[in-house]
Amino acid sequence: MLTLETREKYATLRDAAVFANADPQQTAVVFYSGRDQQIEAIDRAAFSQAAFRWQQCLIDLGVQQGDFVGIAHGQRPETLYAFWGALLAGAIPSLLAPLTEKLDPHIYFSRLEKLVDFAGAACLLVSDDLVDPLKTRLACPILSIKSLDGLTANYPQPPLDPDATAFLQHSSGTTGLQKGVALTHTAVLNQLAALSTALNLQPDEVIVSWLPLYHDMGLIAGFLLPLIQGVPLILLDPFEWARRPVTLLQAISDWQGTRCWLPNFAYNHLARRVRQRELDTIDLSSMRQFINCSEPVRAASHDRFLQKFSAVGATPEMLSVSYAMAENTFAVTQTPRGDIPNRDVIDGQGLQQARLAIPVKRAHHQAVQHVSCGRPIDHTAVKIVNPQGKNLKERQVGEIWVQSNCMLSGYFQRPDLQPIKEGWYQTGDMGYLAGGEVYVIGRQNDLIINAGKNIYPQDIEAIVNEITGLHPGRNVVFGVDDAKEGTQLIAVVAEIAAGGEISPTTTAGLKKEIRQRVAHQSMITVTYTEIVPPKWLIKTSSGKIARGANREKWLREKGLSSP
Amino acid sequence: MTPTEIRQIIRDFLLNELIRDESYPLKDDEGIISGGMMDSFALAELGVFVEEAFDVYIPDADLTVDKMDTLDLMVARVLQG
Repeated sequence: MLTLETREKYATLRDAAVFANADPQQTAVVFYSGRDQQIEAIDRAAFSQAAFRWQQCLIDLGVQQGDFVGIAHGQRPETLYAFWGALLAGAIPSLLAPLTEKLDPHIYFSRLEKLVDFAGAACLLVSDDLVDPLKTRLACPILSIKSLDGLTANYPQPPLDPDATAFLQHSSGTTGLQKGVALTHTAVLNQLAALSTALNLQPDEVIVSWLPLYHDMGLIAGFLLPLIQGVPLILLDPFEWARRPVTLLQAISDWQGTRCWLPNFAYNHLARRVRQRELDTIDLSSMRQFINCSEPVRAASHDRFLQKFSAVGATPEMLSVSYAMAENTFAVTQTPRGDIPNRDVIDGQGLQQARLAIPVKRAHHQAVQHVSCGRPIDHTAVKIVNPQGKNLKERQVGEIWVQSNCMLSGYFQRPDLQPIKEGWYQTGDMGYLAGGEVYVIGRQNDLIINAGKNIYPQDIEAIVNEITGLHPGRNVVFGVDDAKEGTQLIAVVAEIAAGGEISPTTTAGLKKEIRQRVAHQSMITVTYTEIVPPKWLIKTSSGKIARGANREKWLREKGLSSP
Repeated sequence: MTPTEIRQIIRDFLLNELIRDESYPLKDDEGIISGGMMDSFALAELGVFVEEAFDVYIPDADLTVDKMDTLDLMVARVLQG
């Protein structure tokens, strides 16, 4: 297996991938949709063959090393094969969100068009039904699964450069698509080696995941890690899982799953929306770790999960935590297997006012709990700095900076963005260190983390700007912490157009329009909508809409306490 | 429980818990999920709520956008038992 001890044996991801070399009949991936559905199991030999065919297809098309290849197949075997095939060809694959029923196809196509132009894409891989609508719009060839018809894989393996970009990770939205995180083979191997060592990963692991493959956690933990390490991956469709959360637990029970990465909201979703009667056939005792990752961890979410699932084998030791980001390939920290993550009980007022995490007793009237993300994995360092970039001491709150041997090499084709300054990546996350462990408390900027996804408020504001009846440029989008859902929900506050009248009928129509437009253009569900009179929104001295101040004002007016 | 009472209970639940806007004038035949008012996570929540509130069994196959998109459809499904 790839660990820190064996790391030097491998130069590229291709060298390290177990699946291509041993036990061809071993299961590589299982696509699972629930006990009432047929499963699709793919062994290593079938996986390799399919990946080699994609590699050949791309080389035949003239795709060169370093060319961008976009893949938007969705949660299907083809996505995995095509990604690996493009990587073997030395191209730079990136997994993109697929078109879904809710999304407006025209908006989706136009987003792909912009990405293809911006990235200078060599080709785009989509499902068969999208070839026709896209081929007249895009400047690059469009490939579908049919493109593989009649192809056999007999190409020699081209040499790969360990320091070349292996692939890109994009986060969602217009802003995210313009910031493709470029990762080299070396960086990804360093990450997988350090992470596997931190996890004490064993050859008998079974990884279970519903995470979308175009999300960094889905791509690294829910695809590349099992593939490279040669352990089976049981993969679910994210939309199916959202609707039928018990399927994840069924997959764990049926395949004796051992590790499963989940964003915090998923603990709430499972605890609240798996029915009691569905637990009769669930057994979670095979699990080594559920790993809470991708959004701030809430102690109450773990408690709720244990309350519901301890009867079917969940234990406090299984609930581990990782702090991760695409810019560090994935994990920055990881709590060890068998340890219950520390809960730091601190004075909430001290945190707000003195920017200090002062330990207090649980019964203290201002006590708040923060769950530890653990120590940094090997070869990754974390420091906390003040706005002037000066190092802060233990328990002082500041911005989290990260340094490692698995950081991004840059944002793809964005030399204007220099993410690494003096060797450190400035995360924009706020937190503190205590006893060598990292505690994350929130964001420095307005980024919203909803159900594990990074959402840039400006992307939603741009959609709301287009709505007739609202004052263009006078709306604000922000996140609202929600204990029930265990994540941030999205609120839109928009001023009515000049001369517009706020009545129950007009506001209902506008609220509906906001929700619909945002859902159709971004797949994001808005939870709170508010239509306010002209000049309601607070502006900064430089004339910009102040997100933070307006959030506070709205929370006050709604009687929702500000966390 | 009468159909009117069932409708009122589901409407209150949708407005308070999922749409989170008591004043929203939700129409009986309005596409709630297709209209972007709530997502697939909410559909799972609705399933659990309806089963508990009305003591009915809703198989997963019935918890789809097509079958649960409007208040009318939800009420009809509960009445089916």
